[in-house]
Amino acid sequence: MTILVIAEHSNDELKADTAKVVAAASAIGGDITVLVAGANCDAAAQAAASLAGVSKVLVADNACYEHQLAENVSLLVAQIGKDYSHILAAASTTAKNFLPRTAALLDVAQISDVIRVDSSDTFARPFYAGNAIATVKSSDSIKVMTIRTSVFDAVAATGSASVEALDIATESGLATFVSAEMTKSERPELGSAKIIVSGGRGMQNGENFAMLETLADKLGAGVGASRAAVDAGFVPNDMQVGQTGKIVAPDLYIAVGISGAIQHLAGMKDSKVIVAINKDPEAPIFQVADYGLAADLFDAIPELNEKL
Amino acid sequence: MKILVPIKRVVDANVKVRVKSDNTDVDLSNLKMAINPFCEIAVEEAVRLKEAGVATEIIAVTVGEKVCQEQLRTALALGADRGILIETSEKVQPLTIAKLLQKVVEIEQPSIVLMGKQTIDGDNNQTGQMLAALTGMGQGTFASEVKVEGEKVLVTREVDGGLMTVELGLPAVITTDLRLNEPRYASLPNIMKAKRKPIDVKTPSDFGVEVTSGLAVVKVENPATRSAGVMVESVDELIAKLRNEAKVI
Repeated sequence: MTILVIAEHSNDELKADTAKVVAAASAIGGDITVLVAGANCDAAAQAAASLAGVSKVLVADNACYEHQLAENVSLLVAQIGKDYSHILAAASTTAKNFLPRTAALLDVAQISDVIRVDSSDTFARPFYAGNAIATVKSSDSIKVMTIRTSVFDAVAATGSASVEALDIATESGLATFVSAEMTKSERPELGSAKIIVSGGRGMQNGENFAMLETLADKLGAGVGASRAAVDAGFVPNDMQVGQTGKIVAPDLYIAVGISGAIQHLAGMKDSKVIVAINKDPEAPIFQVADYGLAADLFDAIPELNEKL
Repeated sequence: MKILVPIKRVVDANVKVRVKSDNTDVDLSNLKMAINPFCEIAVEEAVRLKEAGVATEIIAVTVGEKVCQEQLRTALALGADRGILIETSEKVQPLTIAKLLQKVVEIEQPSIVLMGKQTIDGDNNQTGQMLAALTGMGQGTFASEVKVEGEKVLVTREVDGGLMTVELGLPAVITTDLRLNEPRYASLPNIMKAKRKPIDVKTPSDFGVEVTSGLAVVKVENPATRSAGVMVESVDELIAKLRNEAKVI
């Protein structure tokens, strides 16, 4: 087995997701190569080389990969990946964008959101918002898959793989990067936070999220939201936890003013400990919560902030 | 400008499905079915582009059983001009759907293919990207804003860290995210009118596409269930539980 892992990175930094995808690759077993496609991405490449179990890092350092445009990255991954038995990437918005395109170029299926590796060709993945788990067996010559990183533990940074530069540029000419508006936050990212405090429609407006931010800062937590809160414009889209937003599994998830729609539960029900605070004692969120507090959040959150 | 809107019939978003007792699949018998919510957003966006004078014709297309005509009628009632049903009783995977849509694109030559980023049954999030690859088009996935400017389109995309805007030449594939728009309800006159709009019925073999898959489902199981825990009476009790029992803070 020869496995190609596509690194998740921001050019100057390797994302923690990559170490988790390498863990999934290790579960398949075989020789693991990491491909870093970016621009001025040497720091990310060096970090990838330190991941345990990785034997080689390939670096495609070119301006056409700076913004991870799917049109360009998929051409590169299809070209490099055709010599591998498996191509893996994190189920992030970046890989969800370029990897299905790559799979189509290779004329193979993609297996999305793999949560378990049974063997080199058999994998489990959730569908129907996580209400069912399918075990699928692939007969394709190249297995292309995205990995749900919240269920794999990162490999250690104890490796020392060789780093090889690729002299390649696959500029498609189909798409141009215009701009990015990234949310700046000092708090932990949802994907890596040990504790997450999330707010829903019950927060009533964006200003009230300040209470949750205070709580998050006391706990060293990240701040998330339900779809209802994002749709209502209380907070930006990148905070959405759920079926089509971020899938998280922190040690502690505190759901505040969230009723617990199927789509939200799909994004957080693998959390180790779930706390729900909602004034409606019948809210479905209490059916998955380890600790439920039926109380008005506008009383409970200030009290929590005072006593913690 | 023609817009092609691929849609899918799925179980209603508010229904919680159950796994069949023989673990072969989920049980969809007698469940309420609907147009996939992301597809509905795509139809709405196409209709808005037509209302704005950008688009001239909207074609809705779906792949599936005969009964999927119901969802095509929904799209027609929302403002699509005509429908295409590619009828098959087989389970069709994203790559095959993309190959069928590729044939429709070759025939219809749309300037934009607008479709949902994922369906809420398969949760694959693949078909639009695969279609873009097969047709050699650029792709604007997870769109929260679409602006057509001449022969180009600006697509603002919802990405993990925030928003990213890309410029694509036309034709292009755009997949919709939740914030792109809020779909309208079909009015009764429009529902009646939709009954008279044409639906062309084809089969995969009409397009020379074989329904195959590199993936076989071995089994379908229930996820690990989570049982309800305890209700606490006060903030003090909650803090005590989290500190002493769960030991997470």
